[in-house]
Amino acid sequence: MNAVTQNWVMIGTLEDIPRLGARCIENGETKIAVFRTADDRVFALEDKCPHKNGPLSQGIVHDGCVTCPLHNWVISLETGAAQGADEGVAASYPVKLDGDKVLLCL
Amino acid sequence: MTKKQKLVVIGNGMAPGRMLEHLFEKAPDAYDVTIFNAEPRVNYDRIMLSPVLSGEKSFEDIIIHGDGWYIEHGVMLYKGHKVVDIDRKAKTVTSEHGEVAAYDKLVIATGSAPFIIPVPGHDLPGVLTYRDLDDVDAMLLAAQARGTAVVIGGGLLGLEAAAGLKERGMDVTVIHLMPTLMERQLDPAAGYLLEQELERRGIKIITKASTKRICGETRVESIELEDGTVIPATLVVMAVGIRPNGALAKDAGLSVNRGIVVSDSMQTSDPDVFALGECVELNGNVYGLVAPLYQMAEVAACHLSGDADKRFVETSTATKLKVTGINLYSAGDFAEADDREEIVLRDATAGIYKRLVLKDNKIIGTVLYGDTADGPWFFDMLKKETDVSEMRESLIFGQVYQGGAALDPSAAVAALPDDAEICGCNGVCKGAITSAIKAKGLTGLDDVRAHTKASASCGTCTGLVEQLLGLTLGDAYNPSAVAAMCSCTDLSHADVRRLIKAKELKTIPAVMQELEWKTSCGCAKCRPALNYYLVCDWPDEYADDYQSRFINERVHANIQKDGTYSVVPRMWGGMTSSTELRAIADVVDKFDIPAVKVTGGQRIDMLGIKKEDLPAVWKDLGKAGFVSGQAYAKGLRTVKTCVGTNWCRFGTQDSTGLGIKLEKFMWGSWTPAKLKMAVSGCPRNCAEATCKDIGIICVDSGFEIHFAGAAGLDIKGTEILGSVGSEEEVMVHVVALAQMYREQGWYLERIYKWAKRIGLDEIRKQIMDDPKMRQSYYERFVFSQKFAQVDPWSERVSGKDKHEFMPMATLLPEAAE
Repeated sequence: MNAVTQNWVMIGTLEDIPRLGARCIENGETKIAVFRTADDRVFALEDKCPHKNGPLSQGIVHDGCVTCPLHNWVISLETGAAQGADEGVAASYPVKLDGDKVLLCL
Repeated sequence: MTKKQKLVVIGNGMAPGRMLEHLFEKAPDAYDVTIFNAEPRVNYDRIMLSPVLSGEKSFEDIIIHGDGWYIEHGVMLYKGHKVVDIDRKAKTVTSEHGEVAAYDKLVIATGSAPFIIPVPGHDLPGVLTYRDLDDVDAMLLAAQARGTAVVIGGGLLGLEAAAGLKERGMDVTVIHLMPTLMERQLDPAAGYLLEQELERRGIKIITKASTKRICGETRVESIELEDGTVIPATLVVMAVGIRPNGALAKDAGLSVNRGIVVSDSMQTSDPDVFALGECVELNGNVYGLVAPLYQMAEVAACHLSGDADKRFVETSTATKLKVTGINLYSAGDFAEADDREEIVLRDATAGIYKRLVLKDNKIIGTVLYGDTADGPWFFDMLKKETDVSEMRESLIFGQVYQGGAALDPSAAVAALPDDAEICGCNGVCKGAITSAIKAKGLTGLDDVRAHTKASASCGTCTGLVEQLLGLTLGDAYNPSAVAAMCSCTDLSHADVRRLIKAKELKTIPAVMQELEWKTSCGCAKCRPALNYYLVCDWPDEYADDYQSRFINERVHANIQKDGTYSVVPRMWGGMTSSTELRAIADVVDKFDIPAVKVTGGQRIDMLGIKKEDLPAVWKDLGKAGFVSGQAYAKGLRTVKTCVGTNWCRFGTQDSTGLGIKLEKFMWGSWTPAKLKMAVSGCPRNCAEATCKDIGIICVDSGFEIHFAGAAGLDIKGTEILGSVGSEEEVMVHVVALAQMYREQGWYLERIYKWAKRIGLDEIRKQIMDDPKMRQSYYERFVFSQKFAQVDPWSERVSGKDKHEFMPMATLLPEAAE
């Protein structure tokens, strides 16, 4: 594995992701959830809640956070960190927009 | 024990109601009380009619004394009895229905009548006044047809009526005789700001306008002004002032001028006859605001209970307008004169105007618009005649500015002296509230209202009372603990549901904007709730918000702990067949489904299905005739049945057939929380109907309808709604009950919790005893089903929400290295 090179991969267009929703990327064994906020920012987290591995991509997106569908932990889209009294961090990935193209960094 | 005296009260408004409260407190056993009320109802808070008109409150919210209060105090209340004669010699009164009551002491509280301008056409149908609940009901009825309303009179009442009618969707014009609005309470500058704000809300204002006539053939069609302007109108509301009702007293030979003449002990010219409220004249004045009326109530109660020292003392009263979002406050005398000075602060951008009128270094009047936080502080200094020369320079900036204290809104309240008046309506001062909080361990607004009456009338001092609770209790006071829907708003579910209807909010962004949500797009608690309320209230207009649905309702399957899903097809009434079972078996094999389970609701659950397989699974199930079982929905789930008369030797009715009918009629409907039903064919109850949300027990003579059971976190047997004779009646009653719950339940509130909150009797009354109400619930349910009964599975098999079920991209292994 090459640890130095940053590898930006185009994964689709902004239109592919519903506003206040998420889509999944399958990267080998790893599932990555790509989120789109109300103001069209995009974020990528591993699709695993730090609590009990719930699929964050299936949660409700609100104000820069996603609420896990299994036990309602609220996870920051930007940092992957659990909000409030809960503790834990989901792995996050750099993601950026080039025009309407969504690029993910692996 | 001495024999009780007889007290007769004519009128059941707020003043006599308050008088009786004081009397029962001071001398609970002194009198047998009889009340004659010309209105056919109990005592309610007349000041709050405007929020009822605008839809922010319901009539039930503004009742002061419910029927129980009268029973508790042994009061004989004649509702809808107008008194037509007082015989002072015989000491009796007679009602129009011929009821005669003898008295030792009599209290006349006949209130006032709205003044009707005697222009031609004033008696046409469609011309209303604004005085009691009947007027509000009449206005609401007229508002249903939308149309145009003209309000004559730009004073407090007229403007509140105009704002309420506008909220109800009418096109509203206000006609006012004077050059600026509310000229008795506001100076021209504040009147102008108010006019601007009302016009911004779409209310047309015509000042310096005099009504010439009201035109129409059989009912009002338009109104013509002196200058020839004609304004079309389907409704005309006259709110130009009130006249004391003194006719009855005059006929009885009592002294009456403009009102019934009373002394400062509230006694009329006959010492055994008292009068109070808007019908009286005291020192040449008549009164319309609530604070002096409540003072009269206290004085009269003192005299009736033997305390002859209490006297009515004239005090100034502050005024506020009860239109949501408009803040104005005025008190005292604010006319210009040579010996007066004024201090004015204007902030055009923020829409703030503040004016203080000083005489001899004392505040004698104030008008505040936009920011009214310092109103009570100014008013307190006005009443105490405080010399303000020391702080004159910074006075207008308010209390917080004095001494440079931090700009904390509660600091102003903290700095108020103990004898500062907080609640003007009820004359409650700060010290009375804080000591009640401490002494009685009060923890919330309702407690304070119950114990001190503060903020229990017009409610405009609610914010101050809450701040006092905060100051007194510190962190122990959490106003939003029970009330707020979530941290995005301070409003409760009840408030939000009411306001969605009242303001006709039809999208989630509209709700968040209008109700001032604190977050940009809500949270996982409020969004699904709002989505449900909108689906329920506007079934034909609202477009379901996919992203505000919990994942189960978005993909129409139940998420499991490992991220796979379970699928439950509908089996009507729990009946199935070999064909259906074979189709299920084939699906299980084809998709390698790891677990198959029979559920508690008599359905078959296939567990462990991968999300991407869902559409294909549904496609195969659909071919076999299955639709979604909605086992994931906050909506109708299952109707469990027993075999009834088809097979069972004890069965009394066709419970299976009835269960299937109910399920086929009600499937697809969304409800506040899941709704599980059952039909048992006899009282042996094999379908366990008596722990369901709604259950039917068949008996020989017909059907018992049960509801509000629970068998989850709570265990609770059902309550009986009532019994009916036919399957058709079961359908109508059950559907009406479900609709009532749909319309009133809070999101995630199961039917048993809702029923506890609303009261079983109220539900029985509306569903069993009121055929009109039942029918209207039924019809609204039927209407909403037109839009709800679409099988979500077949929709998705045809490609709806396709993106949900496939990854956005699958990266090649080399890209991931």
